[in-house]
Parts: sequence; C-alpha cells; structure tokens
Amino acid sequence: MKKLSLICFSGDFDKMVAAFTLATGAAAVNYEVNVFFTFWGLNIIKQARSRRMIGRGAMARAFNYLSGGFSNLPMSRLNMLGASPKIMTGLMKKRNVATLDELAQAAIALRVNLFACEMSMNILGMDVRDFVPQIKEVVGVAKFLEIAEGGQTLFI
Amino acid sequence: MTLVKVKLALEKIAPGDQLEVLLREGEPLENVPRAATEQGYKLLEQTAVGSGVHRIVLAR
Repeated sequence: MKKLSLICFSGDFDKMVAAFTLATGAAAVNYEVNVFFTFWGLNIIKQARSRRMIGRGAMARAFNYLSGGFSNLPMSRLNMLGASPKIMTGLMKKRNVATLDELAQAAIALRVNLFACEMSMNILGMDVRDFVPQIKEVVGVAKFLEIAEGGQTLFI
Repeated sequence: MTLVKVKLALEKIAPGDQLEVLLREGEPLENVPRAATEQGYKLLEQTAVGSGVHRIVLAR
C-alpha cells in the first residue's frame, strides 16, 4: 500500500488547508495517510477550538491561550489581525471549494491516522485529554519515523 | 475534493447499490472514474449532459 506522512508544524490556516487537501486526496485513492501534529500544529487538534487557558503552569496556559485552536488559526501571510482566514473561508464556500472544517471532517471519515507530538505536548504542559478523541496516539520522533518508513514524508 | 466526496459516498452504499455522480469536464472527469475503477468499483455509465457536465453511475 502506498503511504503518505505529513508533519504539520506550522499551524497556519492556509498550510493546513494544503495539508488536509493532500491527506484527503491521498486517502481517497487508498494511500495509508499519517499526519503528525507538532508545535504550532498542535493548535489544530486541541479539543478547545478557541482561545482557552489549558495546560500545566502559568506560562504554558498563557501560551496556549495566545495560540488558540482550530477556530483561530492565522494565515501565514496577510493575516490582517485574523480577518483573512474568515475571508478565505467565505471565498471557499462561494467557489464551492471545501473549507478547512470540511477537509478535516473528511480526513477523519477517510480514516487518516492522526498523531500528536509528545515533546511539544510536554513543553506546552498538555496531555492527551486536551486533544480531539480522533488522535490515534501521542508519539515521539522515533515512533513517527517508524510509522512513516517506506512512504513519502512532507513537512508543512 | 470531488474524488474525496465520491469516495465517502461510495463507502456508504451497500454492495449492489448504485451512485450517480455529476462531474465537470477536466480533472474531476479524468480522475474520478479512473480512481473508482482502480479501487474495484464498476463504472456502469458515463454520459455528457451538457454545459461541460457529465453523469457517471458507479456501482459497488
């Protein structure tokens, strides 16, 4: 079986659209697809979709609050104080293109394997209960490399 | 995303059931029938219905 593994580091709205488009497209043609969310990418998989003070310790809680979640991912450019993702989502709906929400739901429906980075999770004082239940496992680099072996790996 | 939506719809139908899909010419028409047949689904029908739209019928 063909395999595609994506490392989602950036957590930017537009880059996550690209990541989930790749993930769902590959899964639709029967690739095994693995997505590893690390660092800013953890914001996509938090249970709390908006800014919440989660995590252990004051600094971690402040960081998680400022970073936010799925509902406030920034654009990588021209963020315009958070207006751009909303404008972009509106354009996507108008042009009948799948929104980031729809892409993420499709990825889950197509059984894309979702992993959280253990190191980033620890730095930010979170635990697995802070993530959506669709996370298959919290893994480190060595385990992820094992999972990704034999396929293509992309860093986004 | 057309391919993704078709794939999800095909997974929901029972064996023997059919799925009718309307596709635009270009990439959707090139990719969807080919990908579906590669995955073991049957392409029963493909007809042009006008304005660059094609109708295909797939069966599980």
